[in-house]
Amino acid sequence: MRTKVLSSLALGILVVAATGALVTPPAGSITGTVTYTGTPPKMKPIDMAKEPTCASQHATPVMTENVVTGPGNTLQYVVVYISAGDQPGPAPAAVVRYEQKGCEYVPHIAVMQAGQPLEIYNDDQTAHNIHPLSKLNPEWNKSQPPATPPIKATYDKPEFIPVKCNIHPWMHGYFVVLGSANYALTGNDGTFSLKGLPPGKYTVTAWQEKFGSQSQEVTVTGTGATKLDFVFKALPY
Amino acid sequence: MGKLFAVLVAVITVLSAGIFIARVWWLPPDISLLGVGIDHQLMETMVASGVLFVVSQLVLAAFAWRYGDRGDGRAIKTFPGGATPMVVFATVLVSVEILVLSFVGTKVWGGIFLSPPNPDALHIDVQAEQFAYYFRYPGPDGKLGTIHPELIDDGNSNFFGLDPANDSTARDDIVSASLVIPVNQPILLTMHSKDVGHAFYVPDLRIQQDFVPGLVIPLQFTATQVAKKEIVCTQLCGLGHYNMRGYLEVKTKDEYQQWMADQVAQQ
Repeated sequence: MRTKVLSSLALGILVVAATGALVTPPAGSITGTVTYTGTPPKMKPIDMAKEPTCASQHATPVMTENVVTGPGNTLQYVVVYISAGDQPGPAPAAVVRYEQKGCEYVPHIAVMQAGQPLEIYNDDQTAHNIHPLSKLNPEWNKSQPPATPPIKATYDKPEFIPVKCNIHPWMHGYFVVLGSANYALTGNDGTFSLKGLPPGKYTVTAWQEKFGSQSQEVTVTGTGATKLDFVFKALPY
Repeated sequence: MGKLFAVLVAVITVLSAGIFIARVWWLPPDISLLGVGIDHQLMETMVASGVLFVVSQLVLAAFAWRYGDRGDGRAIKTFPGGATPMVVFATVLVSVEILVLSFVGTKVWGGIFLSPPNPDALHIDVQAEQFAYYFRYPGPDGKLGTIHPELIDDGNSNFFGLDPANDSTARDDIVSASLVIPVNQPILLTMHSKDVGHAFYVPDLRIQQDFVPGLVIPLQFTATQVAKKEIVCTQLCGLGHYNMRGYLEVKTKDEYQQWMADQVAQQ
């Protein structure tokens, strides 16, 4: 009788332990929208006359992308990320692709984790000389003639790195190197969503290249979505 | 050997002079007001030096033919009086030619580079940088804003370092990557460099001017034809020097007004 009770108890403990090991911890998310108040600066058309092979690729001149807004006063190209509270993980192996196309950087902002591989392609018929202006990471610039293999690079330290082309002064972009694996880049609707967050207290930071950074603290409980919005103050100049 | 050399010299002389006389590779048509004077000066120089070149080379060929060493031990003829009179004669001849051409040419050169600014001139500020030109027009207020080098931000299209937030004269400045001008309008360019030495050269205008870092250099011209011509950088300025160019667009007065109105509307 005693053996039966003991073995049932042992079996019970084993089942509970096994279930505990198989069930994943609850994960919530932080979602929200980034908007602005005030008058943002007007974006200007870029004159690529000095590079006819690029100018001919655009039926209407492209605009600068420093402050891109969407309907409802939303802000595009805002990097929203967890700056405190999450555990750093290993850098993903997925390659981040950065293209020089039509004498523009596509995408305007490339977000990556420290240590993640980056590949830079030249799709144009002209040479470019990409020059990321890093201060914490080693600074470099490299010429890239047309139809040559991509430049491979990695950044080991988190940093917001402006990128310019030494040959075409209007080209401008960013490498945003983060320590966190939880980040999002807002689209034209200004929304972001950070998923897969275990319950806890987090500091979320939003960065826009002209308006700077803002941080807010938020607590994630359970598996629901925690709403968090950012509002930047825009000035015309 | 002397005869072969004489024939070679004569042939090369006639061929090379012939290429110029036949204008096989020639200047583009001139579209500037003072270009006529420059072309005239250029032709005078070419004719003067060309005639001297042909005559001296043919004389050389003739003497080489007549007095070349036959290899039979006879005495070699020399210039009457020896080497010194020959050198003096040649130096005086060439110096006179160069000095005369210089004096005659100062009038044309002075007309372009030493004229006082024309009060009716359209003032355009030019900045050369690695590796593009940017041109700034005063805008409706007629004034150019102050340049603040620490505010230069190419990625934000603030190539000149203007401060529109605090400087009202800078707010309406028009910045263009092409030099757009009306035809038959005197133009005054004030040229400065953002970084290293560059140059501004439009062959069709017959003017070329270096940008010297630290200096603001004035340059005046008037374009006499509607055209789109290339501006090239002729001072080695770095790895992108080969790619440094812009376009001069000479428009009719109406087209220019329309272009300017479009630029102002985009401000």
